[in-house]
Amino acid sequence: MAVIFDLVVQGAQMALVLVLAPLLTGIVRLVKARLMGRRGPSPIQPYRDLMRLLRKEAVLAENASWLFRVTPYVVFASIWVAASLVPTFATGLIFSWSADLIAIVALLGSARFFLALAGMDVGTSFGGIGSSREMMIASLAEPAMLMIVFAVALLAGSTQLSTVAAVLQQPEVGLRVTLALALVAMVIVAIAENARIPVDNPATHLELTMVHEAMVLEYSGRHLAMIEAGAFLKLLLYVSLIACVFLPFGLAPSGAGPAAYALALLVYLAKLLGGGVLLALFETSIAKMRVFRVPEYLGVALMLGLLGVMLLFVSRSL
Amino acid sequence: MLTAAGAAILLLLLLGLCGPLHGRLPGSAARTDRIAYGGGMAGCFVLMSVGLAALSGAVEDDALSAALPIGLPWLGAHFRLDPLSAFFMVVVDLGGLIACIYGLGYGTHEREPGRVLGFFTPYLAGLNLVLLADDAFSFLLCWEFMSLSSWLLVLVSHRDPENRHAAYVYIVMASIGTFCLLLAFGLMAGPGGGYGFAAMRASALDPGLETVVLLLAIAGAGSKAGLVPLHAWLPLAHPAAPSHVSALMSGVMTKVAIYGFVRIVLDLLGTPAWWWGLVVLLLGGLTAAMGVLYALMQQDLKRLLAYSTVENVGLVFVGLGLALAFQAQGMVVPAALALSAGLLHVLNHSLFKSLLFFGAGAVLVATGERQLDRLGGLIHRMPRTAILFLVGCAAISALPPLNGFVSEWLIFQAILLSPQLPDWALRFVVPAVGAVLALSAALVATTFVKAYGIAFLGRPRSREAEAAHEVDRWQGAAMTGLAALCLAVGVLPALFLDLLAPVTQALTGASLDRQSGLPWLTLIPIAEARSSYNGLLLLLFIAFSTVVPALVIHRFATRATRRGAIWDCGFPQTDPATQYTSGSFAQPLRRVFGTLIFHARERVDMPLPGEVRAARFSVELRDLAWDVFYAPVARAVEFAAGRLNHLQFLTVRRYLSLVFGALVLLLLVLAIWQ
Repeated sequence: MAVIFDLVVQGAQMALVLVLAPLLTGIVRLVKARLMGRRGPSPIQPYRDLMRLLRKEAVLAENASWLFRVTPYVVFASIWVAASLVPTFATGLIFSWSADLIAIVALLGSARFFLALAGMDVGTSFGGIGSSREMMIASLAEPAMLMIVFAVALLAGSTQLSTVAAVLQQPEVGLRVTLALALVAMVIVAIAENARIPVDNPATHLELTMVHEAMVLEYSGRHLAMIEAGAFLKLLLYVSLIACVFLPFGLAPSGAGPAAYALALLVYLAKLLGGGVLLALFETSIAKMRVFRVPEYLGVALMLGLLGVMLLFVSRSL
Repeated sequence: MLTAAGAAILLLLLLGLCGPLHGRLPGSAARTDRIAYGGGMAGCFVLMSVGLAALSGAVEDDALSAALPIGLPWLGAHFRLDPLSAFFMVVVDLGGLIACIYGLGYGTHEREPGRVLGFFTPYLAGLNLVLLADDAFSFLLCWEFMSLSSWLLVLVSHRDPENRHAAYVYIVMASIGTFCLLLAFGLMAGPGGGYGFAAMRASALDPGLETVVLLLAIAGAGSKAGLVPLHAWLPLAHPAAPSHVSALMSGVMTKVAIYGFVRIVLDLLGTPAWWWGLVVLLLGGLTAAMGVLYALMQQDLKRLLAYSTVENVGLVFVGLGLALAFQAQGMVVPAALALSAGLLHVLNHSLFKSLLFFGAGAVLVATGERQLDRLGGLIHRMPRTAILFLVGCAAISALPPLNGFVSEWLIFQAILLSPQLPDWALRFVVPAVGAVLALSAALVATTFVKAYGIAFLGRPRSREAEAAHEVDRWQGAAMTGLAALCLAVGVLPALFLDLLAPVTQALTGASLDRQSGLPWLTLIPIAEARSSYNGLLLLLFIAFSTVVPALVIHRFATRATRRGAIWDCGFPQTDPATQYTSGSFAQPLRRVFGTLIFHARERVDMPLPGEVRAARFSVELRDLAWDVFYAPVARAVEFAAGRLNHLQFLTVRRYLSLVFGALVLLLLVLAIWQ
């Protein structure tokens, strides 16, 4: 009976991230529009967009290969699996031990690997520019992310997210310099990885300024829907990850009753809302940077992460 | 057991006769090919089984050592198969076996097959002999045999001046490497002449001598493995050989070099000092970062793969360095973890690098091209090779659930245990090396997106690429086997990690807990609360969440698909030359790292308005190791050669007096020494 309940909770988590992801993006878009003085679309507009795309026929370029058709599903699946491994409202889910934080980063890497390949499949210069720049950004963001993972893992003595959250929930952890450095680095990486301003502009219509959008230019219909859903999920994943590691309060432990889960869910929704509003605030207050300024920006994240890790290595004996 | 291994090695050596006999046997010329490669398969299979049997502990130790009355008169030649050599034997002969299968198909496209057949199987024998040798004399003899046979294979297409240059650099570096190993063994044997490995293991050296031996081992074995800055020969020599030999050189011979290093440093030298790990870690990190940055800049597919081998060797050395650092502090379990991680990566790299070189060979057979910028669109014309090469690219880029990720994950886990090390220098270096590894892991993914995207995707950039055709079934079978193994190690790492337990037990005195008994074959290197990974479940999850949404969409939304012209924002360019090239793909990262590391210089030559010539763009990259280490040595040698040249034209009397003088000098030195 307990196993079935655990499986239900795990399944609920998978469904939850899928259902909430477009809403988060919708909220960010709405808040951004309001901050810019526009009325903005309804927060459920992303759902409508997805439904519309799913019903349309997909137009493929004449020379698109099977890789081009498979990639949207692979990208979606990798991100979805990664997102359901991050504790959202509860820790210690039944499958959470199958992959740790390093594996989650690598799963996101898989999604990017295939998307970059798909960008080059048709053989257009826009696809190439998108893939090339996406991989450049990733080459700098991924090591920064791993440094953050190292910092958190050293602090908690584990790379398992459930354990990390449980350890960081304890009052004796307190405020740590390393955690502060890691938080700043994580926000920088999250912004770069989700193709937000100032690294990339998700709403741009000027081809040469876009990175992510240039890569998926040839996609349409259900394929585009899958890629968009993947992007929504990725944003949700990063917000959940930041919430789980840096604001671990309110997470229900494994085996808690339905009432505790419901309460934890409410806390999680509040965290998501807060994250979305902060992201929108940040995006409206800053201008997009030139693509060759991005390495410096991500270099900051890498150095902050490394500094955090070094601090832990050195302070161990003090 | 060793009798079977000896017979198999003898068979491999004898099969070398197929070279001179090629075309002279009755029947068709392809028959010699089949004899040589078929026999090679049999020999490798026997050797691999012997290795597996020894590794699983099914054989008593007595059956695993032998002494032959050849070699040094007072010593003889000793051969022994211990867990370490058994593991490397499995790696070598698995690679050899599959290379033979590949050779059955690839060999028929060779222009002068006799030149390959004569040395291919003896080369395999040489690789095995190095692993079996149990005294310094046989070790060096077999090592040199391995180097020379691979040198002859590099020279197969000797009419190409580039290959001759590569072979020349290779033989010089190989000689220097052997010379360093010779000195290292000489120091370990001491004046008593204890050249047997057992005697070396038993004797203790003073710390100063140990340091010299360590540095000589790094220079000797490291140059063969491709450690930066001794790597410069590797990207020249590996691509010059036929592709199945390239696969063996990159996938297997570098592993034998790593075996030599492990044998000397972890086995024969005794307890390491704390800073050994530091030196090896720094070299490993440097090698990983430089290797991948050079790989990213390459435009030749096989050279890109060779540079990527340099990167992977760096990764293995990071594992070994961590093992040394832990071992020096007596932290045996972390040492076992780091060593297992390094050795598992040895196996993994041999699998995916062979696969990738076979894929490059298939592309070479199908198009005659190695230059990425003349390929493109091969996924349509070579569908099977394309999917198998993709598996190789994903595996080497450490994407879960394939095998590259597992060994990288284990190395990261070992790094996360290192704050317990008491040395201050290590505390700064280990996290920095961790950051470098993370950076190189991300750059590897970029490199292989580039390699795959330019060669297999897009539109064909040349007529050869347009006319490509799928390769034969032997080559396909070899690549399929390797791809399946990549997936198997990735999904069931516990089974393969358990094979390593006797090796780490012998070298560090500890081993990881038995992994394959855990539920769902989960990997739990230290403790469950610390970290765990389950490739099998991850694969099931990904498969589930790929297939189910696809089915749901096809069933409930729409599956209507239409083919149309390329969109490209409304202005599609019909000329394939408008696609991104390998140079332009790497340009952003060249800008980030290039000016500092390669002294990259971009030159744009724009025609003036009204002029009717094409614009030109060229990039110049320099290999710093070449400038700093190789060029001065080469200049010095040339200078000395020029000065000594007149010694060639002396009279007989002067030669005799020179010989006499040398004799007197040596006797004097001896007299003073005593």
